[in-house]
Amino acid sequence: MKGQKEPVLAVKELCVSFTMYDRGLNRREFEMVHQLSLTVNAGEIVAVAGSSGSGKSLLAHGILGILPENAKVTGTMEFCGRRLEEASLKKLRGREIAFIPQSVKYLDPLMKVGRQVIGPCSRAEKKERQEKLKQVFARYQLEESVANLYPYQLSGGMARRVLISGAVMKPAKLIVADEPTPGLQESLARETLCNFRELAQEGCGVLLITHDIDLALQMADRIAIFYDGKILETVPAAAFSGDGRAFLRALPQNEFAAEQKFPGAGNTEGFRQRII
Amino acid sequence: MQKFHGEPALQAAHISFRYQKNAPWVLKDVNLEVEAGERVALVGPSGCGKSTLAGILAGYEIPESGEVLWEGRPLERRGYCPVQMIGQHPEQAVNPRWRMEKILRECWNPKEELLQRMGIEKSWMTRWPNELSGGELQRFCIARVLGPETKFLVCDEISTMLDVITQAQIWQILLEETERRRMGMLVITHNRTLAERVCSRIVNLEEINHEASFD
Repeated sequence: MKGQKEPVLAVKELCVSFTMYDRGLNRREFEMVHQLSLTVNAGEIVAVAGSSGSGKSLLAHGILGILPENAKVTGTMEFCGRRLEEASLKKLRGREIAFIPQSVKYLDPLMKVGRQVIGPCSRAEKKERQEKLKQVFARYQLEESVANLYPYQLSGGMARRVLISGAVMKPAKLIVADEPTPGLQESLARETLCNFRELAQEGCGVLLITHDIDLALQMADRIAIFYDGKILETVPAAAFSGDGRAFLRALPQNEFAAEQKFPGAGNTEGFRQRII
Repeated sequence: MQKFHGEPALQAAHISFRYQKNAPWVLKDVNLEVEAGERVALVGPSGCGKSTLAGILAGYEIPESGEVLWEGRPLERRGYCPVQMIGQHPEQAVNPRWRMEKILRECWNPKEELLQRMGIEKSWMTRWPNELSGGELQRFCIARVLGPETKFLVCDEISTMLDVITQAQIWQILLEETERRRMGMLVITHNRTLAERVCSRIVNLEEINHEASFD
């Protein structure tokens, strides 16, 4: 953006595989993400788009180091030039790397959401954080009383906004947002991405995993197209200018797989153009 | 079903609901009618009670006053409910201790052809829910409610976790299926274009709810 080209996040040849029990004690290994490389520069929003189940969330969880125990990760990840390892990740998570999870299950069901958004902090910090909480909530059109509710009392869209609030409370260097906008009305979804844009302008890198291609095209600098655990290509968002149809055809699922795999869905292309 | 043509198949009559005694009303005197074979979109800002109404219509919540009528009679509380809901968060709608096969075949046995069209792969059947992505889980959640006993579908933001291509495929299957069986549908969505494309009527919950604020 401002001539800064130092990558906040550099992922090189990342592979994620899982060991699963097949039958009895036979174990099998599945590789879900293959040889993936991706960089996110400071001040940049990189959108990751791709079919569901292609491993987008695994990438996010891999960066955060929160994959389940039976996952095996190979390859290197660098954060601001430093290698990411379990010990260093522990320090960075929630401080320099913020995460917006896909599932609202990530909220602690036994803790009021206000406390979850503020997070653990010293007494001195608390006042300041509470002030910030009010600002963030106002921005996302959440009333202050929401802070005193438990997650089960929130609607889907509200829970989503609480998760986003938690991630933008502190100035992070990298935000990994795993589908932050479903369940939000368009104005709020737009507001969220505007907020990311502001944070990016302050020098933060944003990795945005999304299905909302419309919004991604408008807001992202680069778009990485993900398919079956691989990044097919990373291109500037401007390459999709026009009505975006070229992109839709470019997705391999539409070109070959869609027609062969789902014989009943011949009319997909026309239908989709009208949906989007 | 034919003889009910033109009459409401599913009717919400004067429904009022709040989550606790003394808590503010979420829904107050809501009336909504959907005819057999009709598809209605329910829209409104986040937190206005759309999912709550969906839960009431599908029999998961009991309204404080008012009732849900199915073909003129109150919704049967026992047995298979003809009104089935597909939820917003598939990961919360499946039993984490069941394998996908069991989850899928809880109520009926979907045909191979349907599964193929939904993009459900055979190898997923032996997995646990936490081993699938959100979009993959949602396909199971949709396939499992398409059984012959289901007469009405309440779809609460069912396609936001799917990529656009899968979204189009799933909607096409749902539209075909509901058209063939003259099933009614209530579609909750924030996507205006989707609502216009899929539904014949759009209802704004704020306009029919006499207690619009969720304070």
